[in-house]
Amino acid sequence: MNEPTSKPKPNYLTSGNTVSSWLLTVDHKRIGLMYLLGMTFFFLIGATAAALFRFELATHDANVFANDTYNRLFTMHGIIMVFFFLIPAVPGVLGNFLVPLMIGAKDVAFPRLNLASWYIYMLGGTFTLAAILLGGIDTGWTFYTPYSSVYADSNVILAGSGVFITGFSSILTGLNFIVTIHKMRAPGMTWMRLPLFIWAQYATSIINILGTPVIAITLLLVVFERSLGFGIFDPQKGGDPVLYQHLFWFYSHPAVYIMILPGFGVVSEVLACFSRKRIYGYEFVAFSSLAIAAIGFFVWGHHMFTSSQSEYAGLIFSILTYLVGIPTAIKIFNWVATLYKGSILLSAPMIYTLGFIGLFLVGGLTGLFLATMALNVHLHDTYFVVAHFHYVMVGGMMMAWLAGLHFWWPKMLGKMYNEFWARVGAVIIFFGFNFTFYPQFIAGYMGMPRRYHVYDIEYQPFQMLSTVGAYFMGVGLIICFVTLVSSIFKGKPAGKNPWKATGLEWNQADSPPDQHNFTSPVKVDVEAYDYTDERIYQDT
Amino acid sequence: MSHAVTDTEHKPYQQHHFENMEQQTQSTLLGIWLFMAQEILFFGGLFAAYTIYRILYPAAWAAGASSQNVFLGMVNTIVLIGSSVSIVMAVHSARHDDRKAILKWFAVTLLLGTVFFGIKAIEYGTKWDHQLVPGLNWNNEHALHTLQEHAPKNVEITELPKGIQIYYSLYFVMTGMHALHMVIGFGLAFWIMAKTAKGRFNSEYYPHIEYFGLYWHFVDIVWIFLFPLLYLV
Repeated sequence: MNEPTSKPKPNYLTSGNTVSSWLLTVDHKRIGLMYLLGMTFFFLIGATAAALFRFELATHDANVFANDTYNRLFTMHGIIMVFFFLIPAVPGVLGNFLVPLMIGAKDVAFPRLNLASWYIYMLGGTFTLAAILLGGIDTGWTFYTPYSSVYADSNVILAGSGVFITGFSSILTGLNFIVTIHKMRAPGMTWMRLPLFIWAQYATSIINILGTPVIAITLLLVVFERSLGFGIFDPQKGGDPVLYQHLFWFYSHPAVYIMILPGFGVVSEVLACFSRKRIYGYEFVAFSSLAIAAIGFFVWGHHMFTSSQSEYAGLIFSILTYLVGIPTAIKIFNWVATLYKGSILLSAPMIYTLGFIGLFLVGGLTGLFLATMALNVHLHDTYFVVAHFHYVMVGGMMMAWLAGLHFWWPKMLGKMYNEFWARVGAVIIFFGFNFTFYPQFIAGYMGMPRRYHVYDIEYQPFQMLSTVGAYFMGVGLIICFVTLVSSIFKGKPAGKNPWKATGLEWNQADSPPDQHNFTSPVKVDVEAYDYTDERIYQDT
Repeated sequence: MSHAVTDTEHKPYQQHHFENMEQQTQSTLLGIWLFMAQEILFFGGLFAAYTIYRILYPAAWAAGASSQNVFLGMVNTIVLIGSSVSIVMAVHSARHDDRKAILKWFAVTLLLGTVFFGIKAIEYGTKWDHQLVPGLNWNNEHALHTLQEHAPKNVEITELPKGIQIYYSLYFVMTGMHALHMVIGFGLAFWIMAKTAKGRFNSEYYPHIEYFGLYWHFVDIVWIFLFPLLYLV
């Protein structure tokens, strides 16, 4: 891994080569890379599960898996992807790597806590992995009671504990970021000069701190109910299973903003760089992140329009859900306005980013369909919902994650990847994604319920398309993976600022950065995204 | 770091990634308050469940609360408030650089904490004997008998009120989570006492002691809410 580079300058990768120098590191950059490894591992497991059940879904009858196996596969896909990929991906990897660099700090405020967060994440992952290896879990990623607490005959306790434990890694990372952003900014780095990535991380961290503890206690109650027989969600003892849904979605709806807000941050950075323009309406984009975080806490009931919730409550949740559309639309409009008259370069990160805007728009607008109570009754628990959240989570979040990974890869590892193959991967993923999930909108609208693998033959063409699309997308992901990994061995040195981007991480830190981030004192005297600043065009 | 050499020389307890002590102090203070915020939300989920079920099952709550030993709960409340005072004294001693006094007040705090656990164990034990633990040894007949015995004079209980098991489930989860926080507090206290004994703190630098104090107060305040909600209503 550590072959001699052309630059003899020491950096964070070369300072200390022992295993313990990695496992006991308190360097935020190394911890970011460790998250990258852990998260890629979990992503591969979740993707494998998807590949398996998509194969089964291609035809309308049961060919390969029994019902029970199918249930365990999609549950495993959901739990792993949500809790071990979507939530930690951008904050854990890019956030850890970039937050201190972008604000001109030497590290996060609590480096040891940061390392502890990684171990907590891996411990939670180990529990969940154990649950899978011991036979899996079949409740769906939502752990709905009373099925999960009383009837399910699978490893709910282990998987629930895994998610419970991992939650604390999100909480502690969020805490670390908020303190870091408040207290560790370099001289001159005012709030209104912060990169929008930081604003997004800040808003995410607030949700992490206020939302995650609620799901922690909720899952703990499920575990107690299952192991000890307490009855808080058990109707036989007077408990209310719908209360579980309220508590679950009180976290899990804001959690979709935990997943997507960091992606918004990435998009703002990449878009500004490859349009060579300051983000249009910087303040609006910054504050809309906070607005989404705030309003996002009051919309959870839109998951429960059909769960005996009163229609008046439903009405309010429906209106509040529309309200979230406003700050989100502000972002989209401002991004599009940034492109206007920009000098656009269609690099690989930019292709992902433009793909993000289009796909997220579809995902967001179909979200408004679902927030309409009358329509929701028809679409609830159909493939329409599946398509909607995959447009947001995969078309949105995963595309943003890949954009960010490609964009900052040269900074993280000091090597350039093969631009041609990276673009090929990006385009294939974009088309593969649409082939996978667009047909699901139609199947869902026609009434196909989710979570069935034996279904009416009239839906077969859509499911078949979906399966072919998924494998197509898989090819794109493999190309992307191989391109990035091979760049470590064969890539050209990146140089300090290969994209000629603004930001402290590009202009004042080497690629890869020094162990202490900056070799000279940092002082900020320019606004964010000042692409007229000549200093970024002078390579050093 | 030549530009940073002013009156703030590098203190031995300043971590290298902070520019100066003020930044370090402010950061840790903000960190501990954010931690409190997540703690409030953690218990918040339980209080939300409590509120809903109490509105749904007022009779169960009335019967359940009157089966509690208010005297023991009262003693425990006083014991915990006492331990809050003693931890304040520990912080006060730290401010005056009195290592012996810090250790003494920590010991008093832990002693009071142990008394609390002792009383809590008696209460849990009584409930176990009366077969009032949902799921583990719940017995409808015994439960009804116990509730009738403890009911106020003007109230007659003829059958088990609906939701009574929810009351006891919440009782055990809420007090159990509170006790778990105290156990964690004990661990932290021993760690800080060891650090104190080694002379790691002085009148300028004692954040661990101060923040432990905040944590301990938080745990106390949770109990201050639990006591009336579970015993007195």
